[in-house]
Amino acid sequence: MRLTAQDLAVRRSGRRIFSGLSFALGPGEALMVTGRNGAGKSTLLAVLAGRLKPEAGTVTASGIGEATLSECLHVVGHRDGLKSPLTAEENLAFARDLLGAPTASPRAALEELGLGHALRLPVAYLSAGQRRRVALARLLVCRRPLWLLDEPTAALDTASQAVLAGMMARHRAEGGLVIAATHQALGLEDAQELRIEAPREAGAAPAQKASADEVWW
Amino acid sequence: MRALRALVARDLALAARVGGSGALSLVFFLMIVALVPFALGPDLNLLSRIGPAILWLAAVLSTLIGLDRLFQADEEDGSLDLMSGSPAPLEGVVLAKVLAHWLTTGLPLALASPLFGLLVALDGRAMAATALTLLVGTPALTFVGAVGAALTASIRRGGLILAVVVLPLMIPTLIFGVSASEAALGGTIPFTTPLAILCALSLIAGVIGTLAAAAALRWSE
Repeated sequence: MRLTAQDLAVRRSGRRIFSGLSFALGPGEALMVTGRNGAGKSTLLAVLAGRLKPEAGTVTASGIGEATLSECLHVVGHRDGLKSPLTAEENLAFARDLLGAPTASPRAALEELGLGHALRLPVAYLSAGQRRRVALARLLVCRRPLWLLDEPTAALDTASQAVLAGMMARHRAEGGLVIAATHQALGLEDAQELRIEAPREAGAAPAQKASADEVWW
Repeated sequence: MRALRALVARDLALAARVGGSGALSLVFFLMIVALVPFALGPDLNLLSRIGPAILWLAAVLSTLIGLDRLFQADEEDGSLDLMSGSPAPLEGVVLAKVLAHWLTTGLPLALASPLFGLLVALDGRAMAATALTLLVGTPALTFVGAVGAALTASIRRGGLILAVVVLPLMIPTLIFGVSASEAALGGTIPFTTPLAILCALSLIAGVIGTLAAAAALRWSE
């Protein structure tokens, strides 16, 4: 699939978060979204996931047939979508049945992330890093071309970060897209970087464009 | 279909685990019904006359138990975002969640009501009639409640707001539920007339409630 965002602007509760963001991703490409805390990285991911409506601009996806964009993406963020009373296996089996297009069994996905022993443990018993790994295992149980990752390495140990880097590399080799909001290097090779800056006050600097800076490397 | 079956199964499993509200609403129902004879005194004629009304009132109140967490729990931990990424429509998701909620609150309540009828001195005929009206009427309560639950999903302590919003909308169901139970005990109207209206209310609430709750969830995003 191919994803294009054009001049995105978002306003939440009357406050301009960012504006004028554009990027384009083709098969196998990755985008790192950076910026200081509160700059709007998670907001951008929420817009891409279809949970927030942008004030201006468009997000278009091509090459996904009749499916809508929200049916073609995985989101792993701070709210991990895991139910504490259910076991890791039950959580993953539910996600697989809910999202469709299953590719791996919950056991295989958890073992890949080094959590095979937690298969039958309620998620409530797991540590923050282990919970995050269960949420990341969702990426493996069903196939979706676009991964939206919000600080995916938060609470992860170095070994798991390497596993995640390997997962993302394999996903991209299969033609998938990765968009990650992050403060750290994720091991994404030749990824584009999109830096979100705080918008300048329109009144304070009338000569300048009142839009977020966007820098490409 | 597979997605919705998985959702119903998950919600039933959650209700059965620690912290689920499965048995709680039934206990609450028992509490209210048990309190009434203490408040009114042991006047059996009075109790059996107002018994169906008490059972229905208790059913309306205990439907509210756990209703505030119907969508809020999924909203907080991100499961709702997961569901909106499912190929199943949001209306289907609402329907599956309401069905699971009714199976864990409304259905056990209707099945247990003959037993609780003993506490308010109902005879066998009245017990059966009340249980039947609860069986066909509680889906309406749950669907109406689901709209309120969807509206208050993103409000932190929305339980009380939910009750204030939802209780007035439950009045028609309450009226026809009680009048059907009382018609079974005698009177001028045949039992089937209010019962048919009660069934109609459940069906209408099923359609409107599903669409309205899904719209409320979309709007709050």
